Amino acid sequence: MINGVLAQETAWPSVSPEGGTFWLPPEASSAASYTDDVFYFIYWVSLFFFVLINALMVYFVIRYRRRTADQRAVSGATHNMRLEIVWSAIPLALVVAMFYMGFRGYMDLVNPPSETLEIHVLAQKWSWNFTYPNGHDDSELHVPVDHNIRLTLTSNDVIHSLSIPAFRVRCDAVPGRYTHLWFRPTRIGEYLALCSEYCGTTHSDMIARVYVQDPAEYAKWLADVSDPFREHSFADVGRMLVARRCSSCHSIDGRANVGPTFKSLFGREVKLADGTTVTADENYIRESLIYPGRQIVAGYSPVMPTFRGQLKDREITAIIEYFKELAE
Amino acid sequence: MSTAAKTHASLTDTPQAHVAHHFHTASQQFEAAVQGMWIFLATEILLFSGLFCAYAVFRTNHPEVFEYAHQFLSKPLGAINTVILLCSSFTMAAAVWASQHGRRRTAVALLCLTLLGGFGFLGIKFVEYEHKWKEGLLWGIHYQPHAENASAAAEAPAVAFGEPAVPAAVSASENIDAAPAETGESDPAFRPASLGPPGLRRTAASAAPRTEQQVHNVQTFFGVYFLMTGLHGLHVIAGMALIAWVAWRALKGAFSPAYFTPVAMVGLYWHLVDVIWIYLFPLLYLIH
Amino acid sequence: MSVIDPTVPTALPSSAEDAASDNYLTRPSGLRSWLFTVDHKRIGVMYLVSILTAFLLGGIFAILLRTELLGPQKTVIEADTYNQFFTLHGAIMIFLVIIPSIPATLGNFVLPIMLGAKDLAFPRLNLLSYYLYLGGALLALLAIVLGGVDTGWTFYPPYSIEAAPYNGVIVVLAGVFLLGFSSILTGLNFVVTIHKLRPPGMGWFRMPLFLWSLYATSIIQILATPVLGVTVLLLIVERTLKFGIFHPGLGGDPILYQHFFWFYSHPAVYIMILPAMGIVSELVSVFSRKHIFGYPFIAFSSVAIAMFGFFVWGHHMFVSGQSPLVTVLFSLLTYSVSIPSAVKVFNWLATMHGGSISLKTPMLYALGFVFLFGIGGLTGLFLGALATDVHLHDTYFVVSHFHYVMLGSALIAMLGGMHYWWPKITGRMYSERWGVTAFVLVIIGFNLTFFPQFIMGTHGMPRRYYNYPPEFTFLNQLSTIGSYVMAVSFVLMAAYLLHSLVRGRRAPANPWGGATLEWQCTSPPPTYNFETPPPVRDPYDFRNIEYDPASGGYRRIVPVPATVSKG
Repeated sequence: MINGVLAQETAWPSVSPEGGTFWLPPEASSAASYTDDVFYFIYWVSLFFFVLINALMVYFVIRYRRRTADQRAVSGATHNMRLEIVWSAIPLALVVAMFYMGFRGYMDLVNPPSETLEIHVLAQKWSWNFTYPNGHDDSELHVPVDHNIRLTLTSNDVIHSLSIPAFRVRCDAVPGRYTHLWFRPTRIGEYLALCSEYCGTTHSDMIARVYVQDPAEYAKWLADVSDPFREHSFADVGRMLVARRCSSCHSIDGRANVGPTFKSLFGREVKLADGTTVTADENYIRESLIYPGRQIVAGYSPVMPTFRGQLKDREITAIIEYFKELAE
Repeated sequence: MSTAAKTHASLTDTPQAHVAHHFHTASQQFEAAVQGMWIFLATEILLFSGLFCAYAVFRTNHPEVFEYAHQFLSKPLGAINTVILLCSSFTMAAAVWASQHGRRRTAVALLCLTLLGGFGFLGIKFVEYEHKWKEGLLWGIHYQPHAENASAAAEAPAVAFGEPAVPAAVSASENIDAAPAETGESDPAFRPASLGPPGLRRTAASAAPRTEQQVHNVQTFFGVYFLMTGLHGLHVIAGMALIAWVAWRALKGAFSPAYFTPVAMVGLYWHLVDVIWIYLFPLLYLIH
Repeated sequence: MSVIDPTVPTALPSSAEDAASDNYLTRPSGLRSWLFTVDHKRIGVMYLVSILTAFLLGGIFAILLRTELLGPQKTVIEADTYNQFFTLHGAIMIFLVIIPSIPATLGNFVLPIMLGAKDLAFPRLNLLSYYLYLGGALLALLAIVLGGVDTGWTFYPPYSIEAAPYNGVIVVLAGVFLLGFSSILTGLNFVVTIHKLRPPGMGWFRMPLFLWSLYATSIIQILATPVLGVTVLLLIVERTLKFGIFHPGLGGDPILYQHFFWFYSHPAVYIMILPAMGIVSELVSVFSRKHIFGYPFIAFSSVAIAMFGFFVWGHHMFVSGQSPLVTVLFSLLTYSVSIPSAVKVFNWLATMHGGSISLKTPMLYALGFVFLFGIGGLTGLFLGALATDVHLHDTYFVVSHFHYVMLGSALIAMLGGMHYWWPKITGRMYSERWGVTAFVLVIIGFNLTFFPQFIMGTHGMPRRYYNYPPEFTFLNQLSTIGSYVMAVSFVLMAAYLLHSLVRGRRAPANPWGGATLEWQCTSPPPTYNFETPPPVRDPYDFRNIEYDPASGGYRRIVPVPATVSKG
């Protein structure tokens, strides 16, 4: 496999863009600031005890250093009940505080407000698919700033996990059930969503752009992409679809990747793993999208997920038209 | 043959012949063996606990699956097996007693009786398994019940193993005009566990067993059934091997009131095998 | 005036020479006598060799991984290879190295001697444990040859059932099953030994703390490992026979697997750390030449950690989709385990206060433990808190946290124990200078490797990533350099330890001045440990142990009434 998605295209957004601290990304959601408060509380308490313990250790080593082999201990103390109680009670109080703070933040993270914009997320090896309220599917997550966004996640195959570090949110996408996460983005900009549950070969390239936009811009974008056929030719729509849904595994410039290249594919004779040969015509393209396991190209692994239920007939036609263009 | 002195032979006033070099007395050695064996039994219980837990989770989430599927188990056969194991536990305990009291022939006879019980248990299990095999009542993907078991034409698992089982309403986009009618997308034979049961739709007439059409994921029950009884069966076989070994040694005169530890240990193991079945039987066979 | 205690063999030259030629290593001789041995000391040595070999193998995978991560895109290996390597690195290090580590090696060797006993309760079972370990190890390694495994050491379904393209999965799982039983039988053996083979006069509260820690560890091994056994069994039948317990396509539940898996794997981390803490208790006391502070608290804290450890497994699953109620409960319970751990650290510090502190190599490792466990344990607090865990779960923060506690704490303590008991096991002293050098390199290399990973994690870099966003390049490169430094330090350590076997000074019976019973037999011990059981005394009372310049070690004296020492 050649270089992954981050090397194929330029200008992916940062995981942790400018504006953060030494430890943390900038706070781009409403929940982020409380999460960071919890983080820093634990951090300073930990730092205090760490310095205390190690300073004492170093001090004792120096002060009570054994200078001759037969030097004996100075003190015979073996226990002190009061000390045991104090140094159990104080840490106990502190960790209970940590628990409580974490709990409060978590309650906010799992209880979305009643007014939310619902977006469905489908995870599959190795891409994210976001379905907007009007039914449009996209590989990018666009959200209007200062709105409550609720994501409903599921997976088509194995467990994945959607993580957006700038928002401090994360949730597993589990096949066979729905999970949820919500956030309120507070900062316009570009962010990155990553898969954070190991899911196979290109787990580390299963990333998605996240755009936090002005609500008017968001609305315009959604309208534009929802019906690309209005403004674009079939082949153009096909090109956009391929760039969004297929490029993590297929190239268009002739390089081999997880899957075969699309360059000069259409109309060509394709050698399959079982030794037979087929022509890459319309039926072949359609079959590969719906039943990818039926005709594996020789030299490649059977890892392509199915797009049944995810691509409309018109979109499949658009992809076929684009391939015809690529073959010219 | 047995005098009061012999029957009350204690362990501490015996020759040290059987005592390993790192033990001081025979009784210390015996107590260590007993403690070790009980700990091992605890680990066996924990081994089964995972299966009992899986049972509990699946039954709590899908009681209708268990209510429907357990009808295919034969209560009489299960009950007979229970009695067989209970009796064999008794003969085993008696064999330990006989060993402890130097009754060599009695011990061997009782051990053989116990072994016979084991064979009987396995024989009945074979009959049950064979029945399930013939009827296609197997686990997971192999669950392919024959038509007479269900009032509707039950289909083989429709979703090919490895293909996605997407909850129905994820995407609002139009479905592709799918090629061969595989299965109704809206009602696959396999429903992901977390979606919950389709509802307890009892028809007016229905004290009768639920039909295949109404109950999904029946293969889950059989998966649990075969796993639990299968693992138990393996332990029965292991126990029988141990009993045979101990019977052979007893025949050779290896045991005496001073040293009968292996018999006692195998006895403990066999009792565990019995106890596990005592739990399995009602959980699998006697569901209401 | 003092009188040398006649019940103890002195470290006079003649005894040392006798010990050199006639001990558990030399007699009986021959390969068969080793392969079929039931001597706990020989079994401990065999475990040590096997486990260190596995550590080398797991370490090689680690170096390969870190080398690939020098650049954000492909550097030296393909993605599939990388994924297999991190799986094997994890599985080898956890199942073949760190879980058996201290109990199987140092525990096997030292436990009976510390009890004044001749062997463990079930010596043949001990040998069986070893061969189960070897069998499991060979199976797991066979997986490499049979096509590999790339599921991660956690084997989460559905990936491990259907998508993982390699059949090595089943072989590794079978290996894990055998390794599990090895662990169970060792734990069983230790528990019965401690219950039944304690000498007269050694009540529970007169046992060395290392034994308390091994006891608590053994309880966990006995109760938790069977659940791992049934879990891998279920995964094997799921994959081969398509049972449908975990696969949602067949009506199963993948999250059920996570519950089963972590029900063992969380207590497993306490199997790793408790013996390590037990060793630190011994080292801190002996090398401060002062009675351990708060003995009952340290003893009970081991048991408390073992107990509480069973109730917190869900903290690995906060974002898995389990219910919020259960999530909150697990978070609260998780903090309960932190308190006994803190109590131990404070008691060790109090032990050092007013002591006579010697910075020999074993003590350096004990102090290193306090430093690194401080970081490892405190970073656990971030993960126990729900809000922060949502942000940090499955990032490099977690990777760094567990390396600080597993490698930086548990393994460091094992190294300390190895250096401490090395004279007893081998009869040789190693070079103190090289010991210190390697220690310093380990600490530097370790922190350079793993501290940058905390920063990567808080900024969002996920774990198990073959490619990574270029903004993390510098931190990854720092980390890789650190791993190379660590590798050098381990090579150095192997070198001077192996060198000591042929050229090291012959060790006295008690080179460090310990008061536990193993220092009262020769170095190395005879096959039967003690001709007559030594009298039982307080294991942390150093008042009657004095330095003997003639042998370069310590010896026990009997105080004469006129000059009874009170210090």
